[in-house]
Amino acid sequence: MEVTIVGIKWDEILITGDPIILGSQIAILLTSLGIIGGLTYLKKWKWLWREWITTVDHKRIGIMYIVAAVLMFFRGGMDGLMMKAQTSRPEMSLLDAQHYNEVFTAHGVIMILFMAMPFLIGLMNVVIPLQIGARDVAFPQLNALSFWLFFSGAMLFNIAFVVGGAPDAGWTSYFPLAGKEYSPGIGNNYYAISLQIAGLGTLMTGINFIVTILKMRTKGMTLMRMPMFTWTTLIMSVIIVAAFPIFTVALALMTFDRLYGTHFFTVAAGGSDMLWANLFWLWGHPEVYIVVLPAFGMFSEIFSTFSRKQLYGYKSMVVSIVAIAVLSMVVWVHHFYTMGSGALVNSFFSITTMMIAVPTGVKMFNWLFTMRKGRIKMTTAMLWSLAFVPNFVIGGVTGVMLAMGAADYQYHNTLFLVAHFHYVLIPGVVFAVFAGLYYWWPKMFGFMLNEKLGKWHFWLFVIGFNVTFMPMFFLGLNGAVRRAYTFSAESGFAPLFLLSAIGSVILAAGFAVFCYNIYWSIRYADRNISSDPWDARTLEWATASPVQHYNFAKLPEVKSLDAFWYMKKNNEGLALKDEEIEEIHMPSNSGLPFLMCVAFGIVGFFLIFEWHLLAAISAVLIIAGLIYRSFDYNDGYHIHKDEIKKTEGAWRKMEGKVNNHVS
Amino acid sequence: MSANVNTSLPLEYQTEQNRMNILGFWIFLGAEIVLFATLFSVYGVLYKNYAGGPTHQDIFMIKEVMIQTVLLLTSSFTMGVAIWEMRRNNKKGLIGWFILTLLLGAGFLFMEINEFIHYVHEGATMQTSAFLSSLFVLLGTHGAHVTFGIFWATMVIIQIAKRGLTPVTARKTFIIGLYWHFLDVVWIFIFTFVYLKGMVL
Repeated sequence: MEVTIVGIKWDEILITGDPIILGSQIAILLTSLGIIGGLTYLKKWKWLWREWITTVDHKRIGIMYIVAAVLMFFRGGMDGLMMKAQTSRPEMSLLDAQHYNEVFTAHGVIMILFMAMPFLIGLMNVVIPLQIGARDVAFPQLNALSFWLFFSGAMLFNIAFVVGGAPDAGWTSYFPLAGKEYSPGIGNNYYAISLQIAGLGTLMTGINFIVTILKMRTKGMTLMRMPMFTWTTLIMSVIIVAAFPIFTVALALMTFDRLYGTHFFTVAAGGSDMLWANLFWLWGHPEVYIVVLPAFGMFSEIFSTFSRKQLYGYKSMVVSIVAIAVLSMVVWVHHFYTMGSGALVNSFFSITTMMIAVPTGVKMFNWLFTMRKGRIKMTTAMLWSLAFVPNFVIGGVTGVMLAMGAADYQYHNTLFLVAHFHYVLIPGVVFAVFAGLYYWWPKMFGFMLNEKLGKWHFWLFVIGFNVTFMPMFFLGLNGAVRRAYTFSAESGFAPLFLLSAIGSVILAAGFAVFCYNIYWSIRYADRNISSDPWDARTLEWATASPVQHYNFAKLPEVKSLDAFWYMKKNNEGLALKDEEIEEIHMPSNSGLPFLMCVAFGIVGFFLIFEWHLLAAISAVLIIAGLIYRSFDYNDGYHIHKDEIKKTEGAWRKMEGKVNNHVS
Repeated sequence: MSANVNTSLPLEYQTEQNRMNILGFWIFLGAEIVLFATLFSVYGVLYKNYAGGPTHQDIFMIKEVMIQTVLLLTSSFTMGVAIWEMRRNNKKGLIGWFILTLLLGAGFLFMEINEFIHYVHEGATMQTSAFLSSLFVLLGTHGAHVTFGIFWATMVIIQIAKRGLTPVTARKTFIIGLYWHFLDVVWIFIFTFVYLKGMVL
């Protein structure tokens, strides 16, 4: 195999010769032109810049995260459908082996890092400062920078397949395959650089939320009075700070190996390919809990609200998430028992892995006991939470099967594993973000998503999910391996593969209904609803919907768990007297985070193409941004009392004359 | 964000925003510890993989490394004096000691660059072996942090000179102080586990 270390030439930038990719290029071009044309026609550029791109408001940043995540869900979902179409029949030739590799790599990276993470971080951004009774996060401008760095990384990764070539070594990018020797193109440079940029943003989010939750809780909200979603966000942020730097180093070393010829993970000159696997999963396994813990928090809120009861076993919930966080750091070897590190090492990691089932089981029973004797309301958000319980248990139990080191030699790299982690991540994360979106949508926008369409979305998605992934357990046990682009008719896999492909179409139909629901609700949903439509329990419902930019005219005082419920039952602290209104200090908008997104994007792009001189020159843009920020003494502005009085009067008067849409 | 001011505290802790910034930076340093710990682990895995290239004993210059160490440790001391001067509200003293700190840091950096050039002349490049890859990246990451710190601190010195000692400039100085001491601690580990261990074992 010939090894090329030269940069990519200008005429090889656009990928040509594949009809699917050509179609995508045309679609991307038309969509971009459509967006630019639409914004110009409607004269919305200034609005976009002033209200969204330069915003430092946590609620708007959260909404931008969610919009980006839904788009990435679409992209990752299309990749999934392409894989399902390719394997629907034996010896299909829709995708060749190389293209199939690129598609499953993109699917994995996008769904975990550019769909699940931003979806959760988006909901956290919207909800957490409100739940703790704060007016923003600790570092609002850093928060905007986090979003824009994520966006920069996500966009870089997304253009890979049409510009220069897509990464093709799997979302785990194992060496030596991902090294220059066996993947000489630039595809895997995209992986190394774009994830690095997005990861920086995630680390800053972690730091931001730890400080916010520790320092900005309103009066009376002790740690043990925090809502469960706030608790899980705090612990998730701690895991981010503890785990993401490992990924930063791993990606940096990968970049050095690929761009500068070092020997960290190579086969030659003393490098160690399994070092990559260890570093990757030292971050990668905690990453699983980074996405699943906030999801657990959302389910906790929803179970409690729609059972109309306090969360059962609050303290044991807190202990469980802390235990899960600790254990998540000491299980990484279970991803490669077959590395051959010996029975003792494998046994240790088998036991730690199985131990995670204990705190998770505690949480399961707490959710069930929360519902016991509750007056349950079957809203869409509640349906997602109910479906989560049995589906996630299937994922969990098969996880314990995989945890057994000796048995894992049989399951390793089969579709059984693929089915397992989809049964964990889809009920654990995707159901959660859907539940959370239906639940908090009225808080974000002041109208609800249609409940009837929501139920169509729910049933199609859940049935489709089970039909897609349940057959994969059996395929895997029968010996079908993952990441294989096709199979022979003699293997006997055809019927189950076909069933799985049919399931994926039902799944996609569910997603389509979800998109239609957003469209329908934006156009037709009733705007005259309560600011507390679910009769909920936590502080985010104590203020207007959509939330005014300063969140609370008067910071609420907390006297018990489920603070807002307590306030409603005792009719305390709900009214606002004119003399209680004071001027509120707010941070100013800033265009700098967006400009840093552009600067990082340019530098990243040049690095990916190994044009080092251009990358060095454009790095001046990043340095200029840092210097500008250092000398920036903008101290924000004050909102005048009259403006607060007017805003508060408007939404408080409406209460009591609103329509109820929850049965 | 709130103007919750407590004048009984040191200048850098007086506002709530300052207290949050300092806590945030401590957490960031926690992330930095994980980052360097990972680099040390990588070095710990690869440090004997010479692949026929130069070994520790072939390339290390222990005298130069001793001088580097003294320069950096002294700069940590002068950084401490600078913060002490800040607490005494002595702007001139603060700036003087601060500049001395950066000069010592620059001296360290100059010697480290020379050390790297020496290695390359000996035929020990980053591409030679896994040992050298991990050595260069571990030392280089530390050196890059020192470089970044010098430029960052220069910005802050300009701001102190222009604006005097305010809660904001005091906070920025204090945070740089934390950063600088942290780099010193990392160097102690590098000195022990890379240089001393490399010369002895």
